Amino acid sequence: MVNTQDTPIVEVKNLSISYANTRALNNVNLQIYKNEIFGIIGPANAGKTSFLKTLNHMDSFNHKMKVEGEVFFQGINVREVNNIYALRSKIGVVFPLPVGLPLSIYDNVALSPRLRGIKNKQDLDIIVERCLQRAALWDEVKDRLHALGSLLSGGQQQRLTIARALSQEPELLILDEFSIAVDPVTTMRIEDVLTELKQEMTIILVTNLVQQAYRLADRTAFFLTGDCVEIAETESLFSGQVTDSRTNDYIQGRFG
Amino acid sequence: MFNESSLNIKNKKVQRLFNILFMLMTVLLIIPVLIILVTLIYKGGGIISLEFLFTDPVNGMTAGGIFPALIGTIWLVALALLISVPLGVCAAIYLSEYAQDNWFTRIINLAIINLAGVPSIVHALFGVGAFVIFFGFGTSILAASLTLAIMTLPVVIVSTRESLQAVPIAFREACWNMGATRWQTIRRVVLPNAVSGILTGIILEVSRTAGETAPIMFTGAAFFLPYLPQGIFDQTMALSLHLFVISTQVPNVPEALPYGVALVLIAMVLLMNSVSIAFRMHLRGKKKW
Repeated sequence: MVNTQDTPIVEVKNLSISYANTRALNNVNLQIYKNEIFGIIGPANAGKTSFLKTLNHMDSFNHKMKVEGEVFFQGINVREVNNIYALRSKIGVVFPLPVGLPLSIYDNVALSPRLRGIKNKQDLDIIVERCLQRAALWDEVKDRLHALGSLLSGGQQQRLTIARALSQEPELLILDEFSIAVDPVTTMRIEDVLTELKQEMTIILVTNLVQQAYRLADRTAFFLTGDCVEIAETESLFSGQVTDSRTNDYIQGRFG
Repeated sequence: MFNESSLNIKNKKVQRLFNILFMLMTVLLIIPVLIILVTLIYKGGGIISLEFLFTDPVNGMTAGGIFPALIGTIWLVALALLISVPLGVCAAIYLSEYAQDNWFTRIINLAIINLAGVPSIVHALFGVGAFVIFFGFGTSILAASLTLAIMTLPVVIVSTRESLQAVPIAFREACWNMGATRWQTIRRVVLPNAVSGILTGIILEVSRTAGETAPIMFTGAAFFLPYLPQGIFDQTMALSLHLFVISTQVPNVPEALPYGVALVLIAMVLLMNSVSIAFRMHLRGKKKW
């Protein structure tokens, strides 16, 4: 499905991350290609979230985090990017716990376009409606766009966060265990949205639900205590064609 | 099934004991405040009138009103705020949002805490040396307000920093992830949600500044002036110093007069505090997360 001959949108070379004396990620190498959903599975403490932080250079806000190796986004080394803000605006991030900013629902979604300098009310209206539609939230909030986004329910806030990420018109969408605070029905709706979004952007899906990776991801990586144990086509990974027996054990639920 | 064991009974007794202890301490706290208020109203309430507030003192300050002192206090407090608020808020934003945790920041924080602990009389002498003499402002409203501003700065900084820190870090991270700069994040998300807390801190600050005597008595507040200040380089009377003067320096002052002045001063402070409490209640009603 994924053409590994293309230039990857994300390429990670010999990436290691450590906090003080603890190693969070060990010499990871991987490529992520345009318009694929790249799943990352693994138990807690596998280094998944730390890995994500390096992709848009968010580690610069955490001075205890030491990063070695190289991360390329669209062929550019993110550690040497001049305009880090432009890079981040191309990468949408959704956190495990929903973060509805203490602004109105409308302003939550309009924030990123406004940061890009879009001021025209009509343009903003269109963006807000489209992003809320795609995040499967529009019908529930269209009559109260000026209510506070931070007072929505957890599941709604998470969809608001996704709408906000989409308002960045990202080329890469990172979802870090987005379904933790979302009910199963909403989770399925968001999963449907993701398969549609794949046409337009690349998605990295970190999940603790092995089945979610199976349903959505084109390729899946298995992280374990800082090591990238395995990267393979999801199909083959879940049909037991693995090089490391630990991958199979985790997928089968025998540990983790 | 839910029979009380002896441990349950003991726990309950201890719990009740502490409940009563804490309540007693709270009541104890209120008593002096009540005594002060009741005494002031009882002894000074009778003298308060519009005429008292809006006429000059006469007969060697043994009669008449307090108008110049009232106006002077407003001048001093307003100018002190005008200086300390922009300075303090900017410094707090830097410390909370920009500064990294290193030795330099730690020294600044230590300095702020120490500055808050400097006795007001030391601030007064500093004010004389720095503003009255070195900068040549003379004894003036400007010199007195600058001294007051320096004295209140640490409180403004600390209260502003606390309000900023009360905004969850997750909000900032969400903004940074979107590609917002630190300033965009501060302006669009952090400040709008901290501004009520910052204002509350400032109002509390006003009430403290209004009552200070030592920092202004050598730097700009006058014993007695028969006219109102015309600008920031004039001296002025002030309520707090006026109270000190008529209670200790002037013979044959009727007993009600100092109580009346004290009552006006406290009423000013209480008014400010109730505004800040009302503000905080308004804030709580609009909880945002």
